[in-house]
Amino acid sequence: MPAPIRLRELIRTIRTARTQAEEREMIQKESAAIRSSFREEDNTYRCRNVAKLLYMHMLGYPAHFGQLECLKLIASQKFTDKRIGYLGAMLLLDERQDVHLLMTNCIKNDLNHSTQYVQGLALCTLGCMGSSEMCRDLAGEVEKLLKTSNSYLRKKAALCAVHVIRKVPELMEMFLPATKNLLSEKNHGVLHTSVVLLTEMCERSPDMLSHFRKLVPQLVRILKNLIMSGYSPEHDVSGISDPFLQVRILRLLRILGKGDDDSSEAMNDILAQVATNTETSKNVGNAILYETVLTIMDIKSESGLRVLAINILGRFLLNNDKNIRYVALTSLLKTVQTDHNAVQRHRSTIVDCLKDLDVSIKRRAMELSFALVNGNNIRGMMKELLYFLDSCDPEFKADCASGIFLAAEKYAPSKRWHIDTIMRVLTTAGSYVRDDCVPNLIQLITNSVEMHAYTVQRLYKALLDDISQQPFVQVSSWCIGEYGDLLVSGQCEEEDPIQVTEDEVLDVLEGLLASNLSSPVTRGYALTAVMKLSTRLSSVNRIKKVVSIYGSSIDVELQQRAVEYNALFKKYDHMRCALLERMPIMEKAAANGPTETVQTNGEAEPAGLEPKHPPTIIQPANQANDLLDLLGGNDVVPVISTAPAMKPASAGGELLDLLGGLSLSAPTPAPPIPMSQPPFLLDGLSSQPLFNDIATGIPPMTAYNKNGLKIDFTFERSNTNPNIAIITIHAANSTEAEMTNFVFQAAVPKTFQLQLLSPSSSIIPALNQGPVTQVIKVLNPQKQQLRMRIKLTYNHKGSPVQDLAEVNNFPPQSWQ
Amino acid sequence: MQFMLLFSRQGKLRLQKWYVPLSDKEKKKITRELVQTVLARKPKMCSFLEWRDLKIVYKRYASLYFCCAIEDQDNELITLEIIHRYVELLDKYFGSVCELDIIFNFEKAYFILDEFLLGGEAQETSKKNVLKAIEQADLLQEVRHNYFL
Repeated sequence: MPAPIRLRELIRTIRTARTQAEEREMIQKESAAIRSSFREEDNTYRCRNVAKLLYMHMLGYPAHFGQLECLKLIASQKFTDKRIGYLGAMLLLDERQDVHLLMTNCIKNDLNHSTQYVQGLALCTLGCMGSSEMCRDLAGEVEKLLKTSNSYLRKKAALCAVHVIRKVPELMEMFLPATKNLLSEKNHGVLHTSVVLLTEMCERSPDMLSHFRKLVPQLVRILKNLIMSGYSPEHDVSGISDPFLQVRILRLLRILGKGDDDSSEAMNDILAQVATNTETSKNVGNAILYETVLTIMDIKSESGLRVLAINILGRFLLNNDKNIRYVALTSLLKTVQTDHNAVQRHRSTIVDCLKDLDVSIKRRAMELSFALVNGNNIRGMMKELLYFLDSCDPEFKADCASGIFLAAEKYAPSKRWHIDTIMRVLTTAGSYVRDDCVPNLIQLITNSVEMHAYTVQRLYKALLDDISQQPFVQVSSWCIGEYGDLLVSGQCEEEDPIQVTEDEVLDVLEGLLASNLSSPVTRGYALTAVMKLSTRLSSVNRIKKVVSIYGSSIDVELQQRAVEYNALFKKYDHMRCALLERMPIMEKAAANGPTETVQTNGEAEPAGLEPKHPPTIIQPANQANDLLDLLGGNDVVPVISTAPAMKPASAGGELLDLLGGLSLSAPTPAPPIPMSQPPFLLDGLSSQPLFNDIATGIPPMTAYNKNGLKIDFTFERSNTNPNIAIITIHAANSTEAEMTNFVFQAAVPKTFQLQLLSPSSSIIPALNQGPVTQVIKVLNPQKQQLRMRIKLTYNHKGSPVQDLAEVNNFPPQSWQ
Repeated sequence: MQFMLLFSRQGKLRLQKWYVPLSDKEKKKITRELVQTVLARKPKMCSFLEWRDLKIVYKRYASLYFCCAIEDQDNELITLEIIHRYVELLDKYFGSVCELDIIFNFEKAYFILDEFLLGGEAQETSKKNVLKAIEQADLLQEVRHNYFL
């Protein structure tokens, strides 16, 4: 049998293969030869064969049949065999295979071998790939070698111990005694590996950490010697003495100094020294400075030192070397929370990094920029960030958009600026905006009451250009639905109003409904917007037609909405205006949004807005409950127009709360009127208000009498709950013209709770023919004096009328 | 360090050292993906990238890419120095090392690496000592076997 081909020969041959197929053929031939050689238990050439196998394995071919052969090589007495054997074991075996355990005995023997290089092989293999079982078995041997005076073995044993501890943390205690004088070694290899071992132990165990704190002075001394000592050729790298050791010591100091005043104090000087004396012209010096900065930031260093650290990072940012800039940005990101002002000083350099070509640098610069935005620099920063948003890769756009929204919300200098910024983001990156941003944006827009006309106009104009970006389209259609009347009436103050007809608006919305580009969610928004416009525009017939078309849509969601809206037109028309009323200003529930209140929307809210809040919030909520109540849940339940629009994600829940969805958890809005608690009240009530005998003797009263509209209150007490007073309002119209779209709203002080049921009609006929009635239930657990503020809106003789009044003359019996 | 890979500009693997236990399949997958990612980088880009939950440090020396995967707390800049030190060691040992040396003497490249790093950490910071150890170990190789490999 001829000798198996030599390793280099094989490599040469395989490299001549011109195609993958040719190579595969050669490999297969050789594999077969090797396999038969293994079968013959040939000792002489086993080493060569395994080496060839390892080469083939590197090319990606199977080599598992050589695993046992590696073990045989390890067990051999020849050094070459052992060398290749251990290499093969490290490459071919892993702890998943039981075969590897067979190594344990060999390794144990070799750890006690007379030749240190054999011991070294064993330590290396164990430290690289030893499984937990192997580590458990051999930890004792490793510990022994950790105490040897042979530095060649000692350094390997230290790293082997690190591996053992990682695999079997419980064994850590065992190595403690051996660590006693590790640091008194002169040999740098041992010092380095010892520091690694100490680091590992301190990271894993707080007890070890406190135990090793006493080493701080020694570590400081070693570091000092390294810096102060002259040129040492053996450990010199570009003029710096043993940078690897310096970095490891700095890292250990970081762990020891963290949270500990004394240790931090002890290392202050040396850190300052390293920070100021290290050469920065080469990467190696910067590596040390980097580690120093990380240490300074983590321990309890004095402020002067911290400033020094930040300045080093600032200098890094200006370095030509990209790697240094990258590292600086990463570190600054970590420190920006704690040393905000210091980092601010480098803001312009950071913003410049947004324009860097490297993706990682750009990402870090972006994150850091967001962290640095504050009330003072918001305008400038936003300009840069918007520019970045325009030109960055798609992978950044979603994060950037979210970041911009957050920053704008926190620091917007004016409402107009805020709206403009939102719109800029929507139009440039509108399809990357996160879905959960849509409700947030809508909430922001509703809050900026005086900007409604401007907002809807700008959104409309942008929508004409591009309807492909879904989040943008959703926000726009919601706004058009809400503020379409403002759009058509051309009331914009902030910029030149555009001429838009009702038909054009409806064209746009219908276009969205029909377009292939619109997602189902977007279509839902569009349909609801169309429906809302039925109370704001006069083209009701057209809207009715649109709604009925979609009553047979394939999309179930759309179909349901259309059918319900249709029902609204047909059977519940009297409720339609109340239902589709302008949305109230939504407060962000504390749970959802940032806990700090939205600040610095510089312009003060016009005072006149205040009183309007209370009634508006109550009304829709109560409508919902009552409707569900009265209609008993079957039939078509008219859905509140705004609820579906809030479907996407988080803020939706909060809005449903406001509108009295099925479960009210009542985030209390700023205005002092609490939401009624339907479960509570509903408990005591059936679908019809309970009427007691009027003989309980609470006299009726006139609450309001003006301009021909007279509103009387009659009272009853609830049978089931004596704290509830049931007030029925009777609204009568003594003028010759009827009052249409009549809406009655009421608000009560904080200690009360109010529930409004739906009115009998929204039209008060003229000349006192048939009053409109509506039931109010008031819960008064604290028996306080009942006071009420009411708001009335209606159309009379073609013009809208609105009035507010206080009702204070409640008879005592109604609330005692 | 979790692993170190050496590969050519065509994506051929020249050395793989794994310091974490992974199956052969996983190693192949990681190697394939990482090689692709690194080769796609433009020359002006920085030597660091985030990949999965690891930090990757890579540097190109002539036709070979040296690629290390380090953990979150590891210092990227010193890792560059580690890579450089390894290249220096190879250079001293082979005398002006080139890719072919590593192809034909891959087992020696491993031996040198194993004298420099252990379990992913540097065991010896003196270039001289690493080379001395290798020299001595080489002498131990039975003379007959030098022909045999």
